Amino acid sequence: MKLVVAIVRPEKLNDVLEALYRAEVRGLTISRVRGHGGETEAVETYRGTTVKVELHDKVRLEIGVSDNFVEPTVRAILSGGATGEVGDGKIFVLPVDQVYRIRTGEKGSAAVTPIAGEESSV
Amino acid sequence: MPPINPADTAWMLVATAMVLLMTPALAFFYGGLVRAKNTLNTMMMSYVALGFVGIAWTLLGYSLAFANGSGLVGGLDYTLFNHVGIDAHGSIPHVVFASYQATFAVITAALISGAIVERMRFGPYLAFITLWSVVVYAPIAHWVWGGGWLGKLGALDFAGGTVVHINAAAAALVVAIVLGARKDYARQAIIPQNVPFTLLGAGILWFGWFGFNGGSALGANASAGLAFTNTMFAPMATLVVWSLLDILRTKKTTAVGAATAIVVGLVAITPAAGFVSPVSGIVIGAIAAAPSYFALLWRARTRLDDSLDVVSAHGVGGIVGALLTGVFAQRAWNGTADGALFGNLSQLGIQVVAVLVTIAYSAVGTFVILKVIGAVSTLRATGKEEGIGMDVTQHGEEAYSRGEGAILVHADRS
Repeated sequence: MKLVVAIVRPEKLNDVLEALYRAEVRGLTISRVRGHGGETEAVETYRGTTVKVELHDKVRLEIGVSDNFVEPTVRAILSGGATGEVGDGKIFVLPVDQVYRIRTGEKGSAAVTPIAGEESSV
Repeated sequence: MPPINPADTAWMLVATAMVLLMTPALAFFYGGLVRAKNTLNTMMMSYVALGFVGIAWTLLGYSLAFANGSGLVGGLDYTLFNHVGIDAHGSIPHVVFASYQATFAVITAALISGAIVERMRFGPYLAFITLWSVVVYAPIAHWVWGGGWLGKLGALDFAGGTVVHINAAAAALVVAIVLGARKDYARQAIIPQNVPFTLLGAGILWFGWFGFNGGSALGANASAGLAFTNTMFAPMATLVVWSLLDILRTKKTTAVGAATAIVVGLVAITPAAGFVSPVSGIVIGAIAAAPSYFALLWRARTRLDDSLDVVSAHGVGGIVGALLTGVFAQRAWNGTADGALFGNLSQLGIQVVAVLVTIAYSAVGTFVILKVIGAVSTLRATGKEEGIGMDVTQHGEEAYSRGEGAILVHADRS
């Protein structure tokens, strides 16, 4: 099992989600974050105050996957998130000691494998 | 020269300020409906009309609309506000009349922006609304209110159903088509960033609209009272019918729907306000809900990215109002003309002519202005700018800045 952590552009989030959906990757968490990856700073002016905005809005995705899903997940994020410009973000693949599904108590790969029909049981 | 009437002047001073407030209200109405990254850009599209259109009005627009001229366009006597003094115009000072009319030019131009939010470059937008107010708005205002041919034909437009709403909607349709859809349109869910803004805007618009319609009587008189009353009850009827349609369709009454209903009702009663009885006004408000309601639903399934539905709200609502004015107008209430329901079928025909001519002239004029500006500049922001958002790319500001990572620069001292 791995935890895939990706930092992407907010304006590319929908493309990334679409690519993940097509790759049949289910179950993820996103959060709004701010960060800096070497892109040029935006200059903003409020009355006499001019600022360089060094931290840009980014979206952080966290996706727990079984080992054979790591490659498709990474490829989906690469294809959905890339613009070719500096600031497209990073993908980190981290080892995971253990995963538990809170609802059932399942652990390991079973906890990150969607159950048939689970999606519709919202 | 008739004397200046103090009561009329007092009311028109207040009404002018009320209509001016409608443009900031529109900024909130529109600003709530876009995505957070485009909030300032959308609101600025209304606010800058206060400056650019207002000054264009004093320089040239007012003269082309209200100076003596031909049936098609006014003359140049009032250019630069020449001969616009404190002498009486009707029963109010001429400067008050010209100021009051300026507020109409401003909001009409600002209304168009709803069709083109989140994608138009700001410089070309400034050029567009400025030219549009002089080339398109001023002549149409002249035709209906300035002694031009539609007024002489007998077209009834109390406060601007054709001049303001149908005119702005025709322009909105053309500019939405010329610019094309936003890159995310129909690909991603684009949902309102701040619905309370939109409700606030609708409320202040309603308040200002009492000045818009009530002030169009140009005095503190019975006609103003009738227009005021219709401005209150017609949108109430629209709100009721719209809410019921919402419940029938989705089992829920929506807030964005309620805000839209108020505007649609106000638009529909605008041409009729001082011409119809209060009962007819309620009927007009009630009838007006369904056409705009279903136009909105239909439009969202098309490729036409009239982003904030200017055509459905102001175009469809305006046409319904203009035509129903020709049906429900009642000489007993307005002292001017009867509509089709009261034996004067030809009034409806005149209303049809006014609607069609306004749409045609506005659409053609808008198209030509856009082609001229497009020839010397680029109308549309790039896809990348659309992605980042128009606030940062067009204005170098953010609506909801947290200030994290913002490093002070003293550009002026370096």
